[in-house]
Amino acid sequence: MPERKIRVMVAKPGLDGHDRGARILARCFRDAGFEVVYTGCHQTPEQIAAAAIQEDVDLVGLSCLSGAHRVLFPRVVEILREKDAQDITVIGGGIIPEQDFPALYSSGIKAIFTPGASLDSIVEWIRTNIKPH
Amino acid sequence: MDSIIKKICAGDVRSASRLIRDIEDKIPEARAKIKKLYAHTGKSFIIGITGAPGAGKSTLTDALITELRKQNKTIGVLAVDPTSPFTGGAILGDRIRMQRHAEDTGVFVRSLATRGALGGLSHAAGNAIHVMEAMGKDIIIVETVGIGQQEIDIINHAHSVAVVLVPGMGDEIQTMKAGLMEIADIFVINKANRAGAKQLQTELTSMLNLSPKTADGWKPPIVIIGDAFKPDSFAEDIAQLAQKIEEHHIYLQQSGKLTERMHRKAMAEIKDALAACLLEPVLESLTVSGELEHFAEKIKSRKADPYSVAEEITQRFFKNQDKK
Repeated sequence: MPERKIRVMVAKPGLDGHDRGARILARCFRDAGFEVVYTGCHQTPEQIAAAAIQEDVDLVGLSCLSGAHRVLFPRVVEILREKDAQDITVIGGGIIPEQDFPALYSSGIKAIFTPGASLDSIVEWIRTNIKPH
Repeated sequence: MDSIIKKICAGDVRSASRLIRDIEDKIPEARAKIKKLYAHTGKSFIIGITGAPGAGKSTLTDALITELRKQNKTIGVLAVDPTSPFTGGAILGDRIRMQRHAEDTGVFVRSLATRGALGGLSHAAGNAIHVMEAMGKDIIIVETVGIGQQEIDIINHAHSVAVVLVPGMGDEIQTMKAGLMEIADIFVINKANRAGAKQLQTELTSMLNLSPKTADGWKPPIVIIGDAFKPDSFAEDIAQLAQKIEEHHIYLQQSGKLTERMHRKAMAEIKDALAACLLEPVLESLTVSGELEHFAEKIKSRKADPYSVAEEITQRFFKNQDKK
């Protein structure tokens, strides 16, 4: 039986041009053997969700350093649900205060990685939790 | 399964993208779906955009989408980027240039990784094009991986091929070489605001004046595209490119060359399908049984040669087929 390739998307929602972290992650996912769609900065949640569906990714990794994560992250999950694409897992990372975790989790974000998280731990999380469609 | 076919033919992005994924992952059921879909394909006009890495293929594709959407054409884009030979991973970054079209329902952009294919595309490209054709896209733009001189599989898939060049990549001898320089229906000199553009244009023109291709009624035009950061003049240059592509389309239809190209495409498709039906299952079963390793050992120690091994495998395979 042929092996399914894991496809992920790395995206930066909102008005945040700091994408060093997102690029490092994209590179790291590439080296982990994933196919990585990188959409660049300044994306609306609508653009991100549409791209995720067109690309049939298993996972969307959102990066946000601007503080707008409480609005932008749940909105991506919401649009994916509206478009009947709730099987696409959404995780997030960036400067995210711990007190925001519960709200994000209950909105459907499956994991949150903050500064200090090792690349290996993120790849490991994906390998454990993502079964390609 | 028929409901999937119906959904794709109705333009459903989710179903289409999923089928493209199954084709890429070589899921056996995907082949059955393509068989059913096939009757609904073949009506789109397919444009190939090819050239070296960083020549500006994705940026041109993005701008072409904008131009063609003004004419209300629906568009599918396949953008190919390289797979790592070491990890199997890939960065699919062409899409960055096209994200402004993400919410336009008339545009469907799908990235493909080469997954070991060496001809500038992916093994899945042909059938991914068919999926977009079945969706009813008027135009499908296939952007190849960044290529060198010889990765020209695009000619088996596209009706019109635009070869994107940039100044400063070598002297006029480069324009004389076989391969890439022969396949262009349209040449694009991109980033023409940079030094050397005029010289490249002169060299290309003199190469084209020697080309026998002019005898069949189409002389590949050279489209000059300037600074992409000057939106107004850039848009005019892109309109010019779209115009030349349209002229080539008309030429193909009027000269009967379109039928010729469809024939070439059909030939290539048979060869691909044969490889998928004959070679792949044989390799798969030999790999699973461990025999492939065993044969490799024998060849390595010179107890056998590759041809005898291949003949033995072939004979065995055909005997099995006869029994069936």
